[in-house]
Amino acid sequence: MAANVSRAAPPPFDAERVRRDFPILDTLVNGHPLVYLDSAASSQRPLAVLRAVEDYETHSHANVHRGVHALSQAATAAYEGARERVRRFINARSTREIIFVRGTTEAINLVAQAYGRPRLRAGDEILISALEHHANIVPWQMVCEQTGCTLRVAPINRRGELQLEELLGLLGPRTRLVAVAHVSNALGTVLPVKRIIEAAHAHGAVVLIDGAQAVPHTRVDVRALGADFYAFSGHKLYGPTGIGVLYGREELLAAMPPWQGGGDMILTVSFEKTTYNELPWKFEAGTPNMSGAVGLAAAMDYLESLGLEAVAAHEQRLLQLATAELARLPAIEIIGTAAHKASVLSFTMKGVHPHDLGTILDAEGIAVRTGHHCAMPVMSFFGLPATARASFGCYNTERDVASLVQALGKAREVFG
Amino acid sequence: MDLKDLYRDVILDHNRHPRNFGRIEPADGRAEGHNPLCGDRLSVFVRLEGERVADIRFEGRGCAISTASASLMTEAVKGKDRSAVRELFNKVHALLTRPGDEADAALGKLAALSGVREFPARVKCASLCWHTLNAALEHGAATISTE
Repeated sequence: MAANVSRAAPPPFDAERVRRDFPILDTLVNGHPLVYLDSAASSQRPLAVLRAVEDYETHSHANVHRGVHALSQAATAAYEGARERVRRFINARSTREIIFVRGTTEAINLVAQAYGRPRLRAGDEILISALEHHANIVPWQMVCEQTGCTLRVAPINRRGELQLEELLGLLGPRTRLVAVAHVSNALGTVLPVKRIIEAAHAHGAVVLIDGAQAVPHTRVDVRALGADFYAFSGHKLYGPTGIGVLYGREELLAAMPPWQGGGDMILTVSFEKTTYNELPWKFEAGTPNMSGAVGLAAAMDYLESLGLEAVAAHEQRLLQLATAELARLPAIEIIGTAAHKASVLSFTMKGVHPHDLGTILDAEGIAVRTGHHCAMPVMSFFGLPATARASFGCYNTERDVASLVQALGKAREVFG
Repeated sequence: MDLKDLYRDVILDHNRHPRNFGRIEPADGRAEGHNPLCGDRLSVFVRLEGERVADIRFEGRGCAISTASASLMTEAVKGKDRSAVRELFNKVHALLTRPGDEADAALGKLAALSGVREFPARVKCASLCWHTLNAALEHGAATISTE
């Protein structure tokens, strides 16, 4: 438990100091200091991100890639600088492989429509896992409707772990595309994505990883993983909403048709023929979210200044502490007990619906997610309509875990 | 915001021991209600004698507010005719959404739901069963959703 982290004296992670970087954490909710345990839905932003966005809006804003005037050049430099920051963060080969999108959902839809739809046909198979968020299910169902290809689903076990052997057994000559989460948003399960990618490649399939829940908690190296596509959102990474990233291997992106048409994604337009822009701008029609990209880059700087490994170790300590504490409460059942988890603790309380639990915790100032977590198939697998979910970020402390445990006791009192 | 206002004894009692729980088959009217936000689902069954709700039952699973609201509703509307049910629906709607109003005396035990209006995120939990009953009475068979 918490004791086994005291090995070879890593620099102590000072979550109390980190908290001071997040002004929203001073909020009082229903008369109680906010206990924010919903970072898996959306994390909060540090001052460094708020200031970077303000600085861009105050000093550098104009449209990008257009004017020769000073501000347009400043905006372009800020936006393209953010792209380079993202490239370094995930160790992509080139900024041509970094497409700015609204978020993970848009990234997956882009791949579904610009990679999947033109290539797939009846008889082809797309393979996903039973752990996926709706954003990594529905876009593929749409491609299946459009092309006649088939969706296959690799099962999970009662601990909420992917049954890897079953997934490997589903891979075959018809498998054209594999799309799986790196970390499950509903249960916190970490999937063996490197192993999955290697196996899929051996069958000639292309792999998309939904990294929305992984990027805040682990260092992602897209080249070491061998991912063909990797998607994530800014707002789960201490950055702004409305900005996200699709990484794609350059040769795949180059061979794909554009997804949306408009300004910025073209080189020349006439009524007879339009030639498309180069990567990455071919996939960025319209004026992009410049301040969002700048904020995302600042969030990456911030997270690296804390140390990704130190943050991950801190969150792992909190997850283990909370798991042990909740396991001691007789009425609590933890949903998702995989051997390898990150940040997320999903649970139910006997006799108290998750929705009531959410209201009772809120009255104590504690923010948790309650519901199906946009993963209804996961809920049906466990025979539940919903769970409560606590999730941890760099600013959470052992005090937050204690507050949660205490408030769960109150819930028992309210419901007798 | 006081949790005791939301989770009154009447609510907790009807959640633990829902009245008129089950199905009527065949039913003169039935409808399913769904709150996609929280995954709550419930079905309402009615048997009519002319304009009168002679019997009513519900089943499903949901939070304490939605279960208790449905249970209280079945007790309140059984034996009433359609127009009286509609009137009661309007009174419950006002109770759930208009802060500050005194609860109408005609509401009886349903007045226990008045605490819900201090919790806007929970209003749909309490109103789902009423919308579902409406659908069962209007259309005979339907599925409705809070979203």
